[in-house]
Amino acid sequence: MLEQIELRVKGLNFYYAGGIHALKQINLPVRSKQVTALIGPSGCGKTTLLRCFNRMHDLYPGNRYEGEIHFVKDDILSPDMDLISLRSRIGMVFQKPTPFPMSIFDNIAYGLKLKGVSKRPELSEKVERALKNAALWDEVKDKLNASAYDLSGGQQQRLVIARALAVNPEVLLFDEPTSALDPISTAKIEELTETLKKEVTIVIVTHNMQQAARISDWTGFLMLGELIEYDRTDKIFTAPSEKLTEDYVTGRFG
Amino acid sequence: MTRELIRKAEGFVALAFCTLAAGLGLFWLVFILGDVLIHGFRALTPALFLSDPAPAGSDGGGLRNAFVGQLLITLAATAIGVPVGVLGGTFLAEYARGRKIARIISVLADIMVSVPSIVIGTFIYAILVKPAGHFSGWAGAVALAIIMIPVVLRTTENMLSLVPWSLREAAFALGAPYYKVIIQIVYRGAATGILTGIILSIARVAGETAPLLFTSFNNSFFSMNMKQPISSLTVTIFQYAMGPYDNWHAQAWAAAFVITFFILMLTLLGRVIIRWRYK
Amino acid sequence: MAKILKKSPADLIFSSVTALASFSIIVFIAGILYVLISESSLAIKQFGVIKFLTSTDWDPVKESFGALTNIYGTMLTTFLSLLLAIPVAIGIAVFVTEIAPGFLKGPIGIAIELLAAIPSIIYGMWGLFTLSPIMANHIEPFLKKTVGGLPLIGMLFEGTPMGIDILTASVILSIMIIPFTASIARDSFNLTPSVVKESAYAIGATKWEVIKNIVMPYSKLGVFGGVVLSLGRALGETMAVAFVLGNNHRITTSLLDAAATITVTLANEFAEADNDVYLSSLFYLALVLFVMSFITLAVAKIFLLKAERKHSQ
Repeated sequence: MLEQIELRVKGLNFYYAGGIHALKQINLPVRSKQVTALIGPSGCGKTTLLRCFNRMHDLYPGNRYEGEIHFVKDDILSPDMDLISLRSRIGMVFQKPTPFPMSIFDNIAYGLKLKGVSKRPELSEKVERALKNAALWDEVKDKLNASAYDLSGGQQQRLVIARALAVNPEVLLFDEPTSALDPISTAKIEELTETLKKEVTIVIVTHNMQQAARISDWTGFLMLGELIEYDRTDKIFTAPSEKLTEDYVTGRFG
Repeated sequence: MTRELIRKAEGFVALAFCTLAAGLGLFWLVFILGDVLIHGFRALTPALFLSDPAPAGSDGGGLRNAFVGQLLITLAATAIGVPVGVLGGTFLAEYARGRKIARIISVLADIMVSVPSIVIGTFIYAILVKPAGHFSGWAGAVALAIIMIPVVLRTTENMLSLVPWSLREAAFALGAPYYKVIIQIVYRGAATGILTGIILSIARVAGETAPLLFTSFNNSFFSMNMKQPISSLTVTIFQYAMGPYDNWHAQAWAAAFVITFFILMLTLLGRVIIRWRYK
Repeated sequence: MAKILKKSPADLIFSSVTALASFSIIVFIAGILYVLISESSLAIKQFGVIKFLTSTDWDPVKESFGALTNIYGTMLTTFLSLLLAIPVAIGIAVFVTEIAPGFLKGPIGIAIELLAAIPSIIYGMWGLFTLSPIMANHIEPFLKKTVGGLPLIGMLFEGTPMGIDILTASVILSIMIIPFTASIARDSFNLTPSVVKESAYAIGATKWEVIKNIVMPYSKLGVFGGVVLSLGRALGETMAVAFVLGNNHRITTSLLDAAATITVTLANEFAEADNDVYLSSLFYLALVLFVMSFITLAVAKIFLLKAERKHSQ
């Protein structure tokens, strides 16, 4: 029962450029090689929190963090943090599939090439492994040079997961990865998280409470920028300690 | 680690180049505008607007004829070009909405916008100047109108398309015939957009020179007769700048200053209206 | 819908008037083509098509005309100006869309639009009075001294630097098309969905890598269309080059020589053509220019439409 903490959020406050105080005093552990789900009504700050882990908010001027997020021995929020290497250690998958305008192969190889892998055999081997890990290999192995846009939505999303996996990240951030997908593709991706967590730590934001219940080990419930409750998923969904959590997971609001 | 350094250095160099490019663009703007401002302002005198050209080579005189001529040609071009453009755009966005013919005319109008203006000058020369046997202000105005029409037509089409279809349906439901709906409802909804298009199209043609060279030609005397050759600022700038006299050069700068100022003001006005209305 | 639309006679009249107005576009294009062909028929009869396009003659006295020197001048100045303008224009577009801090984006956007709104005659006059002396006294001697001695490249810089030449004309032309190309490139860049850019950042790409590998491939159709559109503009530009090109009907390898483009020839000679063959040959030149630019612009439009369709999917 002694689990390692991969990411530790300490006293995190986040302000958007307009001054909106979007996250208030968040304290949260993310346990290594486990799936942590973030749930809550829209606008509660769950996606905002997720985007703090890879400092995505830095892309837009005026956003401000306070507090710390410990990642191994570094503080992610430190101004000295090298964002390029941080982001190659913490991958992200978005709501909508985001294939790059290149072939299937090059999509996966892109991150590897950025890291300096240039030998074809090595690239091919790593691309193949990533595609296999993302359960996409059998469907695309004969058309690796086709455009990534030729794939179906569900395949594109698994391609994006494979792309993130290819660079061997320690953490994967999922931002409602199945909200734009059909039920069958959704099931495939949920299965995938189950196998992936043997290798990586996963944080998933989801709107879908059944999904959180099905795939996560730990769940954090946020509302209005505050972390209301954090606990084992089965506890959150069966015996939450907070009234608000109970109301939310039983569908009384949301 | 070194690899990351190389990547960052490459990025830094590339982004520095882009910043430099933007600086260069800004530099040209300041250089050209500053030059026009300095030289033009120096030659700006009341006489420039109030008197007509002195005999070639002698000092003094002004460009009253060119200012008036330019105004007449531009006004006449606007009077022809705006109605045709607005009505044409109305057809594309309303009666022919979604039909193939509308798409074809749209594309052709886009091409027309960039057709060399000097070619339009030769066209007008052949159909208006040659049969009449002489250059005329009207010929110049028609040439400018032809340049104006596709611009106004395309903006009108775009602006009308932005008016929600449900607005028209609501009016139909009250039993209004389509033309009344267009004139009373749709035009009103798109008015600022169309106005901006008209302003920008005037700014566009007011600076045209090439199509006037052999249509309205030039006239060193004051004339308001559009059936005869008439002077314009732009053609006068061309003639004076290429001419041998210092006095001419100074007046060319002054004329350049006035026309640039006028056009930039119109352009800014157009932008301001857009920003104010479609924020 | 059709039932509501055409009911009253007033509606019929209004719709016909608007239809007529919009068909004017077709009338103009067909009219220009027809009039230019019929006006140049005399020259077409006399010089044919191939011979006219390949002859370097331009002799009003002997009444022998060919378009090649003009076409050569047009192509050369257009090519050079694009060569100078495209990197700068794309640099500006990248700066405005990706680098500039928010408070600078607006002003720079406006500056580019103003630069685009300045009439071409102002560029031309400024070129004659200001740029041409700078070119003649500083830039051209410098180029002669540095790269003028190289084999092959040296050929481009033979002759006396006068400032009235192909190089100066191309520089002015490039300044003129920079804002135009830049604003189309900017619009195309802006069409890249930000979530795709974010996902490239999310695997550790630098800003430049995102621009180079994501934004540019994503918008290449639009940017290419914009470049071709600028090419069409440059082909037909008259006043920006008329002042500083010198109207010299000769094919020259040196960029420091005067030359002629179709537009400059028309601007300088059209009103003075004193016989029928001369005038007809000038119309013929205008026809050649019209066809060249129409094809170029149509190609540009096809690319831009394709880009638009790709993004609306």
